[in-house]
Amino acid sequence: MGIPVSLTVNGAGVAREVEPRLLLSDFLRHDLGLTGTHVGCEHGVCGACTVLLDGEAVRSCLLFAVQAHGHTVATVESLAPDLGGATGAAAAGPGHGALHPLQEAFREAHALQCGFCTPGILMTLVPFLAEHASPGEAEIREALSGNLCRCTGYKNIVDAVVLAARRAAEAA
Amino acid sequence: MRAGPHWLGERVRRLEDAKLLTGRALFTDDVDLPGMLHAAFLRSDDAHGVLRGVDVSAARARPGVVAVFTADDLGDYWRPGPALVPPPPIPGLVFNSATQVPLARGKVRHAGEAIALVVAESRYLAEDALGDIAVDVAPLPAVTDLEAALAEGAPLVHEGFGSNVAAHARQVKGDYAAARGGAYRVIRRRFRYDRGAAAAIENRGVVAAWDAKSEELTVWDTTQAPIPIRNGLAGMLGLRESQVRVVAPFIGGGFGPKIMMFYPEEVLVPWAALRLGRPVKWIEDRQENFYATTQERLQIHDAELAVAEDGAIIGVHDVFLFDTGAYDPYGLTIPINSQCTLLGPYAVPHYDSTFTAVFTNRPIVTPVRGAGRQHGVFVMERLLDLAARELGMDRVEIRRRNFLPPDAFPHDHQILFQDFAPLTYDSGNYGAAMDRAVAAIGYEEFVRTEQPKLRAAGRRVGLGIVSYIEGTGIGPYEGARVTIEPSGAVRVATGVGTQGQGHFTTFAQLVSDVLGMDPSKVQVITGDTREFHWGTGTFASRGAVVAGNAVHEAAVRVRAKVLKLAADALGADERELVLACGSVQVRGDPGRAVRLGDLAAKANPLRGAVTPGTEPGLEATAYFGPARGNAANGVHAAIVEVDPETCQVAIRRYVVVHDCGTPINPMVVEGQVQGGVAMGIGNAFYEELVWGENGQLMNASFMDYLLPTALDVPAVQIEHTVTPSPLNPLGTKGVGEAGAIPAAAALAQAVEDALGGAVEVLEIPLSPNRLFDLLHGGAGGGGHAVSPAARETAAGRGTGVAE
Repeated sequence: MGIPVSLTVNGAGVAREVEPRLLLSDFLRHDLGLTGTHVGCEHGVCGACTVLLDGEAVRSCLLFAVQAHGHTVATVESLAPDLGGATGAAAAGPGHGALHPLQEAFREAHALQCGFCTPGILMTLVPFLAEHASPGEAEIREALSGNLCRCTGYKNIVDAVVLAARRAAEAA
Repeated sequence: MRAGPHWLGERVRRLEDAKLLTGRALFTDDVDLPGMLHAAFLRSDDAHGVLRGVDVSAARARPGVVAVFTADDLGDYWRPGPALVPPPPIPGLVFNSATQVPLARGKVRHAGEAIALVVAESRYLAEDALGDIAVDVAPLPAVTDLEAALAEGAPLVHEGFGSNVAAHARQVKGDYAAARGGAYRVIRRRFRYDRGAAAAIENRGVVAAWDAKSEELTVWDTTQAPIPIRNGLAGMLGLRESQVRVVAPFIGGGFGPKIMMFYPEEVLVPWAALRLGRPVKWIEDRQENFYATTQERLQIHDAELAVAEDGAIIGVHDVFLFDTGAYDPYGLTIPINSQCTLLGPYAVPHYDSTFTAVFTNRPIVTPVRGAGRQHGVFVMERLLDLAARELGMDRVEIRRRNFLPPDAFPHDHQILFQDFAPLTYDSGNYGAAMDRAVAAIGYEEFVRTEQPKLRAAGRRVGLGIVSYIEGTGIGPYEGARVTIEPSGAVRVATGVGTQGQGHFTTFAQLVSDVLGMDPSKVQVITGDTREFHWGTGTFASRGAVVAGNAVHEAAVRVRAKVLKLAADALGADERELVLACGSVQVRGDPGRAVRLGDLAAKANPLRGAVTPGTEPGLEATAYFGPARGNAANGVHAAIVEVDPETCQVAIRRYVVVHDCGTPINPMVVEGQVQGGVAMGIGNAFYEELVWGENGQLMNASFMDYLLPTALDVPAVQIEHTVTPSPLNPLGTKGVGEAGAIPAAAALAQAVEDALGGAVEVLEIPLSPNRLFDLLHGGAGGGGHAVSPAARETAAGRGTGVAE
């Protein structure tokens, strides 16, 4: 009953046989072990499971794995690939320069608390920032409005996006 | 003694963030073990009924299903959960204890109550098998309305008690009945504050694995209380406590329900893993979370305030009902918090407060961020607003008139708090917090100039400003162990779990200050019973106070060992030594120094003699248990604009002045406050679990139960006043719940003000529909329409953030 799927995940080719009903979120988390993509509601509201499908932010809980056949998926693990395998002290300590600039801005602005919704928020904002070089607060809040965060009250996330955009502009 | 930077009170960036940001932090659902099975629970469709039979034969026959269990399959393992919090010693108190069961037997008492457990090769297969199970329930009328529940002849949730009364308690100070006669005015209203969901974005989950060779059980659990879970599981399963390791890894938000124990899933998943000899995982889905995770907040208060002509509070009389749901494992924590928090920062000479906790056919109620404090603040602040209006007094003035003065501490309120200690405020400076808030929100300017100008232009803008106390930092105790390793790395182990509060950073800061090193060199471990196995958990805004002071004390003891050893090694007097940059130096002679790691190695010799009585290593364990909780305080102030046509409320500004004593990391404190306000805004405007008469939840999804989004929560301007607590060495008070507690009271006052006194807001949440009904005298209003106003249809969500 398995259906063969092949796709590109975080730059690498992946081929598996899956049940037609397997959610893309479960495929990424459990078949591929990419547990950075989190599942909060499984009905497409909370946004925690957001990944990029061909560069566009999508809810991986609202897609079947078979629908990703032939496509390219990027998860939060793709943002700072050099940190793979880093454990406690190494990942937490100074010299975490391998973080993606948006991740770095999140850390500086204290834009996460429990961190459960954070991967989905990052994957929502990465394509947003690619299309909005210098977004205003209202635009940022609109872009964020499809991701639920229960801890932060959003303010510091908005600040982090402003910070990341400013840095990108300065670097350009 | 200390040199170099000082970390207490600094905005140190969080040490745990890199893991969380890169998706490499371990959450419970990320645990993946060889041979792991997956569990799913069949839950009751009925809120109330006689459970006549469960047929699981078809489910057992489904390929891929490994086992199916009902209550009858559990044998002696089936027993009701523990009563977590015994009732406090209040004279005349009635308490009927009924705790949740692992799987329903004989009766179902709320929709979502677990009836059967399926264990299968995948979660998909386990859920398939749920559909194979036939349940025979004879429905009974559901108990949903608190007042009807207490009427003669009402259906009973627990027949054995003869009524639906879960508890009844009265706490009295002074003689309200006698004092009331001397009042200039008595203000009396009914207030209602409805039930919501904690809605952590991570649902609950349990993974358990039994290792037959080492005879050890490991359980990963999304709990706020890993150590009590371990102890309880060991007892239930007949294992030694040391055979059970409970790990609360990164937790995706707690907010209270994850301190509840034992959930049926926590009892059954480890049992199934032992019985089946394979690891078992259960992860709650969002719909289950709406039924199977505890909730909070429905209370109905009939309260009155007696005031003198000058606004002085003579006394308060309050009688309230509290919905405890189908079971009451958490005792009376919530209603006692309500009872105590109502007194606020005020001198209240006479107080008479009675509550009745009521069993209903709804999910179990346990504390959710605020834990009943919201209700106390809402009732008192609303009564003060109404009194100010009747007396023609300014609302800030009536509060100032009644604040306990700075020299009133310790102040004994003569009633008992949730920790069974007398409700005694340790310290506070309430007028100073109010002054800061009045200045920050621009109260005088707004009331005198801005509001009249905007009103003249037809805009309905209003301001709300309220005070509150949060009792925090209660016992009994927490502990910590600080170890300097030969590498020079420092490990801190503590028993509390962490759900996003920043403990990895704030506890590291406390140690850094004492041992003279950068916080990034300090590794904090929380929530793993193998690392530390004494403690109670993370709840009631107590982590920074109780665990924080234990961490500090353990570090102080390690420093004493360091100094003693270094004095020997360097041939110097301890008083000449300085700890900095991971080493000990002789002051003024940087050449004479020794690394902490080298001292740690020296403290653990492989050969040779030591002085008898010497303890090895540079390690110390300390515990902290306060005699009683302490009182954090603050003021919330908001400016809102109401659209009279849509009844949407836009929050234009929001100011919080907060006093949590000594802040360890102001960045973390402000994050807690901003996030708490977001939850308070949700409570105030959107979050209501809506039940049908048959006890069915009508909005069990994030499509229908609205959490505030980035469009709804403004940036909160946060200011601190600092009144250290004399009850602990660091002077800290808790902050975790402060943002959520007074928000509804502040916003209710602001909306009333915006509408020029046309309505009284007496019920929360204040959805656009409810506000519309208030303005137009509709049935669902719950409050008073003082005069008619706008006439258009209300729709959609409540607020928007200021442009």
